[in-house]
Amino acid sequence: MHLFDPHIHMTSRTTDDYERMYAAGIRAICEPAFWLGQPRTSVGSFLDYFDGLVGWERFRAGQFGIVHHCAIALNPKEANDPRLRDVLDMLPHYLEKDGVVAVGEVGYDSMTPAEDEVFTAQLQLAIDHDLPVLVHTPHRDKLAGTKRTLDVVRESGISPGRVLVDHLNELTAPVVAESGCWLAFSVYPDTKMDEQRTVTILRELGIERMLVNSAADWGRSDPLKTALTAAAMRAGGFTELQVERVCWHNPIAFYGQSGRLLLDGGAPEPDQAATFAGNSVMRGARPER
Amino acid sequence: MIGSTSDNDPTAVLDGLLGPDAAAWLAGAAAAAGDRRALLRAFPAVGRRLGRGPLPGPGGAGSAGSAAAGLHEWTVDDAGRARLLRAAAAGTDPTALAALLDQLYQHGDAAERRGVLRALDLLPAGAGGLPLIRDALRTNDVRLVAAAVAGRCAARELPDAEFDQAVLKCLFVGVPLAGIAALPDRDSPRLARMVADFARERIAAGRDVPPDAWLVLARYPGVAAGLAPSPDPAATEED
Repeated sequence: MHLFDPHIHMTSRTTDDYERMYAAGIRAICEPAFWLGQPRTSVGSFLDYFDGLVGWERFRAGQFGIVHHCAIALNPKEANDPRLRDVLDMLPHYLEKDGVVAVGEVGYDSMTPAEDEVFTAQLQLAIDHDLPVLVHTPHRDKLAGTKRTLDVVRESGISPGRVLVDHLNELTAPVVAESGCWLAFSVYPDTKMDEQRTVTILRELGIERMLVNSAADWGRSDPLKTALTAAAMRAGGFTELQVERVCWHNPIAFYGQSGRLLLDGGAPEPDQAATFAGNSVMRGARPER
Repeated sequence: MIGSTSDNDPTAVLDGLLGPDAAAWLAGAAAAAGDRRALLRAFPAVGRRLGRGPLPGPGGAGSAGSAAAGLHEWTVDDAGRARLLRAAAAGTDPTALAALLDQLYQHGDAAERRGVLRALDLLPAGAGGLPLIRDALRTNDVRLVAAAVAGRCAARELPDAEFDQAVLKCLFVGVPLAGIAALPDRDSPRLARMVADFARERIAAGRDVPPDAWLVLARYPGVAAGLAPSPDPAATEED
C-alpha cells in the first residue's frame, strides 16, 4: 500500500529518512512552509526557502522515489515580525507555481492581532489562487485557538471543504468535525498525538475527511509515524481499504482540489543519478553521463 | 539547427496551437503584463495553462534527432513566457526591465528560468541578460546551460574567454554545439586549443571524445594535430 504524508518538513531531514520512508511505503508528501527553529530576519531568506521547496527539495525527494509537493505561506509565529510582513506581497508569485498544492501553514501561534491580519489575508489569497488551506492550531490554549480559527475561516467565506485543520486532539477534533473542515492528526514520539489515541479518535469520529501526518521537522519527531499509524489502524481492526482511505486517498482528495498534484504518472522510481542545477545527493559519486 | 531558434520568432506558432481557453488566458496575461504583480502571478502558471510539450516549427519538435538535441528545442511554455516578457518590455525602460528579468529568473523554477533565458533574444538589447546567462552557465543543469548559451544575446554579450568556457562546458555536460547561434563565427584558435586539450585528456583517460568536439577542431587542423575523429576510442589511444 502506498502512503502519503500530508505534512512533513523534509528540508530538516536526511537522506536516511527518505530511504526509510520509501521502504515504509511512503510515495508522496506535502511539505508546508514553516519556521526554521531560529527566526528569519529578512524577506530574502523566506524567498530562498520557498525556492528550495519548489526546487531542490522536490528534486531530492524524487531521487528517493517520493513525489514532493509543498504548501506556501507566512507562518503564524513569524507573522509577528514586522520585518517579514512583505513576504505577503511575494506570495502570489509562489502560489502559482507547479506542485504548490495549498496555502500553509497558516493560523495562530499566540493569537496576536498581527496573526489575525496575516491569517485573514492568507485565507483571501487561498480564495484568489483557488487553493486549499492547511491551518496550524496553536500548541497553547488549543481549544480556544481552534474555535477562533474556525470563526475566522467561516468569516473568510472559503468553503470548509477546502480547509484542513491540523494538530488536533481529543478535545479539538469534534469541534472541527462539526465545522465541515478536514481534520489532521500530527503523530509525534512524545507530544501532540500518538498512534493509539489517533486510532481511537478515528474509531469515534469515522474516517471521512481525516488525515494523519508525522509533521516531522528539526525537533524530536519521526518521519515514519504515518506508516506506524497505518499499522496501528490495522491492529485496531480497520480494514485495508479504510487504512488506504486515510493514508493515501484522503490526502489526494484534499490537496487534489488544487489541481496541481504531481502524481499523474504515479510514484517515480528512485533516480539518484540525476542532478539538480548540477548538485546530486550522491556527492562525489555522480555517475558519468 | 544552427540559428534556427533565433532567425524566426518561435512564439508565432502559438496562435495556431493553443485551444480557445489557453489562447484567451495568454491574451489576458499579455495584456496585463505591464503590471508587475500581474506578471509575477502569471509567469509561473504558464506551463499549467498552455502546456509543456515541444513547440512545432523551427527549432521545435521534429528538428531534434536525440534527447540531447532536444535540449535546444523550444517548448510551448517557453514561447508563452517569451510572449509575456515581450509584452512586459513594451512599456518598460531598460533598467526596470533588467530588474524584472532578474527577479523572475532568481525566483523561478527551472522551467521559468529557461523561459527567461530563451526570451532574451526577443527582447531589446540592454535588457540585462548577461548576468542571467552567466548564472545559468555556472549551474550544471543542462537545460539552463543550453538555453543560456544558444541565443544571439549570448553571442553578442559574452566576452571571448567566457564564451570559450561556455562551449567547453557544453562538451563536458552534453549540450550539443549545433544549437549555439555564435558558432562557428566566434570560434577561435584559443577555443580550438582548449577543445583539443580536452580531447587529449579524454583519450588519456580511456574515454570517448564527444563527436561535437570535431565541429570546432575540424576548422583548426593545426591545433588538432594528432587527433582524429573515431567511433572507437581504443583506436586513438596511441596519441
